[in-house]
Amino acid sequence: MKRRRRTPTPDLEQAAGAGLMHRRAFIAGAAIAGAVAAEPARAEGLAVEPWMTAPGSPFTGYGQPSRFEAGVARVFANPPNAPGSGAARTPLHRLQGMITPNGLHFERSHSGVPDIDPDKHRLLIHGLVTRPLVFSLETLSRYPMESRIAFIECGGNSAQLYQTEALDADAQRLHGLVSCAEWTGVRLSTLLDEAGVDPTALWVLAEGGDAAGMSRSVPIAKAMDDALIALYQNGERIRPSNGYPMRLLLPGYEGNMQVKWLRRLKLVETPVMTRDETAKYTLLRPDGSALQFVFGTEVKSVITQPSPELSLKEPGLHEISGLAWSGAGRIVKVEVSADGGRSWAEAHLQQPILSKALTRFRLGWRWDGGPAVLQSRATDEEGNVQPTREALLARRGARALYHFNGVASWGVAASGRVTHVYA
Amino acid sequence: MSMREAAALALLLALACAGARAEGPELGRPATPSEIARFDISVGPDGAGLPPGSGTAREGRVVYEARCVACHGEKGEGKPNDRLVGGVGALAGQKPATKTVGSYWPYATTVFDYVRRAMPFDAPKSLRDEDLYAVTAYLLHLNGVIGEDATVDAATLPKIVMPNRNGFAPFAPGD
Ligand code: HEC
Repeated sequence: MKRRRRTPTPDLEQAAGAGLMHRRAFIAGAAIAGAVAAEPARAEGLAVEPWMTAPGSPFTGYGQPSRFEAGVARVFANPPNAPGSGAARTPLHRLQGMITPNGLHFERSHSGVPDIDPDKHRLLIHGLVTRPLVFSLETLSRYPMESRIAFIECGGNSAQLYQTEALDADAQRLHGLVSCAEWTGVRLSTLLDEAGVDPTALWVLAEGGDAAGMSRSVPIAKAMDDALIALYQNGERIRPSNGYPMRLLLPGYEGNMQVKWLRRLKLVETPVMTRDETAKYTLLRPDGSALQFVFGTEVKSVITQPSPELSLKEPGLHEISGLAWSGAGRIVKVEVSADGGRSWAEAHLQQPILSKALTRFRLGWRWDGGPAVLQSRATDEEGNVQPTREALLARRGARALYHFNGVASWGVAASGRVTHVYA
Repeated sequence: MSMREAAALALLLALACAGARAEGPELGRPATPSEIARFDISVGPDGAGLPPGSGTAREGRVVYEARCVACHGEKGEGKPNDRLVGGVGALAGQKPATKTVGSYWPYATTVFDYVRRAMPFDAPKSLRDEDLYAVTAYLLHLNGVIGEDATVDAATLPKIVMPNRNGFAPFAPGD
C-alpha cells in the first residue's frame, strides 16, 4: 500500500507546540495535509457478508442501538441501602456532536425514579400569588410551547478533580454528569403571569414528586426569564429518569435546581433553605465558611477524544475533539494545548453554537509518538475564561466538592495510552 | 361614530384590558385552601408550614431506634449511611470536614422538613407529626444543640440557633 503524500501547507500545519494544527486544517471539507495510515488489507479481501444474502430483521415499535454498541451505556454508583440514590453518567467519550441521546442522558436522583401516572400528576402554583392554580399534563399540553437546546450539568460534576491525587478514570466517570438535549415545554413566566405574582415574592420553591420530594429555591428573576416547564426531551416525552412527565428547565443553572417530576411551585419572600441548598450543593472553603446559592455553571470544557479508553493506535494525524459550555451564554473560543498548557492553538467550533448548550470543538493534531499532555480551555461571550485547576483550588480549596470548572488534563504516553493526570 | 367603528373601538379596549395581564390560555384550575394545605409539605426557616404537635429528644430516641438506626448507626454515628452527628466547630482547614446536621446545617427547620419529606429512606412520609418533632429533637440533642427534655414544636423549632447558622455566604462571581 503506497499513498501519494501531498506537501503540507506550512501555516496550516503548525499552530502550537507538540503538533497542534491550525483550526482550519484537518476538519471536514478542508484538504487533509499528509497521509493517514491506511487500514491493513485483510487476507481474504472485500467480501459479500452474510447480512447481504438474507432479509434482515422485521420492524420494531421502538428502535434500539445496534447490539454491537451495547458497551455504550451509563455507569452508576449508589450508597448502601439506597439503590435509587446517586448518579448515572453519560459516556461522553463514546458520543459525538452536541446532543445526548435520551437513554444516555445523565441522571442524578435522590430516592429513585418514580413511576408517575401522567393522568394523576398535578402541578400546583401557590404561595404569594393572586390565584393559586392547578395544572394537569393535559391542560399544560394546550399551552403555546417552545423548544430550547440546553445542557444540564450536575453541580457535582468533575468533583474528583478537587482531590489531591489525579483519579485514574475516564471522561465518563470524571465528567459524565453533563448532557445536552432539546427540551420542549411551556414558559414558566406564562403560568406565573396567569397566577399573578405578588411583588413581595422574590423566590420560587420548586418541589419534585419523587420519594425524596427534592426541592430547591429559585430566584424569581430566573423563573420569569428563560425557565421552562419541559414536557419533551429530544422530541419525545421526557424520560422517567429525567423527570417524566414534567421537569423544571433553568438553562445554565446547576442540575439540582432543575427539579424533576415537578409537582409544586410556591412563591415565597425568602429561600426555604432546603437540605439541598444548605447541607448539599454548597462549597466549603478552607476558612470553614461555605458558598451558598452558586446557581450558574461556570465556563468549562473537556476533551472527549482522545481520552482514557480511547488510546492512540499510532503516531500521525488525529482529531482532538471535545465539548465546551457555559451557564453565562455562548462559547466564543476554545483553545487546545498538547504540551500541558505551554502553548495553545484555537480549535474549530462546530455549528450550531448556542447559548447555554454544549458546543463541539475540533482540532487536528499530528502526534509525533512522544509523551504529550492534552488540555482545553474555553472562553464564553461574557469574557469568562476557564481557570487552571491550580487557580481554582487556590480560590476555593480542595473541599468545595461542587462546581469544578478548572482545566482538565489527559496524559498521552509513548505507548498511546491516555490517562487522567494533573499538569 | 358608525356601528363598525364602535365595534372596532370596543374590541381595541377589550384587547387593551386583556393586555394588562399577559395573555395565556388560562387553563389552570383554581386551587382550594384545603387542597393546598394537603399538597404543601415545605417548612421555611421562619417555621411557616410546621404542623401542630410536639416532641422531645427522650421520645425521639425510641423513634430513632425503631426507624433510623439500621441505616444511620447508634446515636447517629453513621454507617452504612450518612453520619448525622459530630464535627461541630471543626469545619475550617484543608482536611476533609465532618459535615453533619450538627456541624453544618444552618437551620433546625430544615431537619424537620427533610426528614418529613425523605426519611426513613425506605418509607418516606410515613412518620406522624409527633414522631417527626421527637426524632428532630433527638438529632438536635445528640449534637448538643438542645436538652433531652426540651419541647420542640412549631413555636420553638424556628428559634433554635444551629452552630453553623452564620457559616454561609451567597456566591458572587469570582468566588
Ligand atoms: C434504609 C436506610 C435509611 C433509613 C431507615 C433512614 N435513612 Fe436517613 N438517609 C439514608 C440515605 C441513603 C441518606 C442519603 C440520601 C441522599 O443523600 O440523597 C439519608 C440521609 C439522611 C439525612 C441527611 C444527612 C445529610 O447530612 O445530608 C438525615 C438528616 C436523615 N437521613 C435522617 C433520618 C432519620 C431521622 C431517619 C429515621 C426516621 C432515617 N434517616 C432513616 C438512609 C436511611
